[in-house]
Amino acid sequence: MNIQFNDETFRGDYTFKNSDLAIKRFPFPFDKDSYMYAVNMEPHTPVREGSVYYNSFDVDEHYVSEMRDRAMVLDEDPLRCQSLSHMELHGWDLLELIMVEKAKDYPDLFELHRDGDNWHWINKPLGIEDKFTFMDATTLPYGPMEYITRQTQGDFCVLDQRDDNLWMDAGMVTTQADWSLDFDIGMNFFEWHAPVPLAHEKGIFVRALKFLLNIQQGAPARRLNWTMTVNPLLDTSPENYHKWGIQKTSLTPENIGNKQHLRVELQTFFRLPRSNGLVFPIRCYLIKLEELVTYPKWARRFHRVIRDLPEELATYKGFIDNRPMILEYLSQFDDGAETSPGVWPEE
Amino acid sequence: MAKTEFEKSILSRPVYGEFEPMTGKAHLFIADSEGAGAILDLAKSAPKGFFDIAHIIYIPKDSDWKYVPSLEALGAKQLYVGPSFEAAITRIQRVLLDASNGLQIYLSGTEGLMGRAMLEATNIGYPYSAIQTEHRGSKARRMQCVHCKGVTEGVTTDPFECSHCGLNLFVRDHYSRRLAAFQGVCVDAEDPGNVPDKVEIT
Repeated sequence: MNIQFNDETFRGDYTFKNSDLAIKRFPFPFDKDSYMYAVNMEPHTPVREGSVYYNSFDVDEHYVSEMRDRAMVLDEDPLRCQSLSHMELHGWDLLELIMVEKAKDYPDLFELHRDGDNWHWINKPLGIEDKFTFMDATTLPYGPMEYITRQTQGDFCVLDQRDDNLWMDAGMVTTQADWSLDFDIGMNFFEWHAPVPLAHEKGIFVRALKFLLNIQQGAPARRLNWTMTVNPLLDTSPENYHKWGIQKTSLTPENIGNKQHLRVELQTFFRLPRSNGLVFPIRCYLIKLEELVTYPKWARRFHRVIRDLPEELATYKGFIDNRPMILEYLSQFDDGAETSPGVWPEE
Repeated sequence: MAKTEFEKSILSRPVYGEFEPMTGKAHLFIADSEGAGAILDLAKSAPKGFFDIAHIIYIPKDSDWKYVPSLEALGAKQLYVGPSFEAAITRIQRVLLDASNGLQIYLSGTEGLMGRAMLEATNIGYPYSAIQTEHRGSKARRMQCVHCKGVTEGVTTDPFECSHCGLNLFVRDHYSRRLAAFQGVCVDAEDPGNVPDKVEIT
């Protein structure tokens, strides 16, 4: 594994882009030519070496720049990382999970040496090396959840399990699709999903919760979700919506291929051993339309999905006004040919 | 004035019931304005001696003192009538500090009052699901601006102007018990200056 880390930005001049390899391994979320909500859970087990589904926590070429962007978000707004007082144990569980998995999956990038509770963590891409005492937060520069999630791509919702429900009682949320941890912290599974249209009526959340409550240690699960974002802006937060919302009106037929991004969340779910909590990482992958259409199958299919998406979903996902222009762009790549089943890019 | 009927909404939006007299070691009522009516209606079906162990904390607000004589006539062990929730808050905290198993809590009136009183109770470990609520009177909402985090009390129109940062916010039904507030989000972010006409919250 030899990853070339990009030096790129997710704000201002927006220099983010995907290499050919990153495009090829992009988690395209549509396995057929239409989309509707589904629980769509599957075991988080390795699929296809090199794919984003291969390791517990995928590290890619955007890692270093994403972590720099996260630090900037936290400097501006520390409320993006919060943990209620009963959640420190969950944080240690999470720190252990990530350190162990990353050191195992990327031995040339991360090292974890353990001697009892004396731990030694080396993160080469970020130039971090710390010796600390496991379960003693005074020996780390941040609380355990914040410490490790400042070094791990994706948002993290750390959930407490009680009363047959999951409670979002801690999190690190800086790359969110327009929801606020600060507002939602302390809510249960149904409450924080309350604003999602259509899915409640379909019983999606009742079934999803039942599934999640039964996730066992060592048997994580995953699913994909998606939305659309103008410019490669990781921090599409409600907090800053009054600043970034205007960017949605900046699309033109000339710039749309570069500016309009498909935003895919790889959501994974791991049981935490000591706290019996659940961690719910939400990893955001962005791809420009002009990158996506380099694979004809994806281009055809994406055109059909966006064209046939129910209006409520296009509204909720925030691109209803831009849908006509997006369709006009994508339609040039849809010759009406059949697409093969499955998400993989090749025919 | 009877309890308020609301349209069906999303699952984070609180739903309010109708008081029922519970058996308990003590009864704590916290109400504002028309919320007094819920206590008086409860009294009609309450068993004898019910108010002997009751503490009523009442903020008359815009109802003036019209309910106060009726509340006094209930003969509660303690009746406090105060000018504002802020004025009553230390008293509420002190009373909750003494709460033991068997305390029953009843909140009535506006959403802002019920939400804030519930937060005080849950902060000391009282489960929110065990608290009775009954909405009466104004549908004004307590709103948090998601941008500046400031809370604006008594919001009656959608959209409204944040009393802290001045942004024009639309009124969502998404509600946080931890903040005792609904969420307000900038209404003209994608078209600055194009603010829809205000409509009364229903």
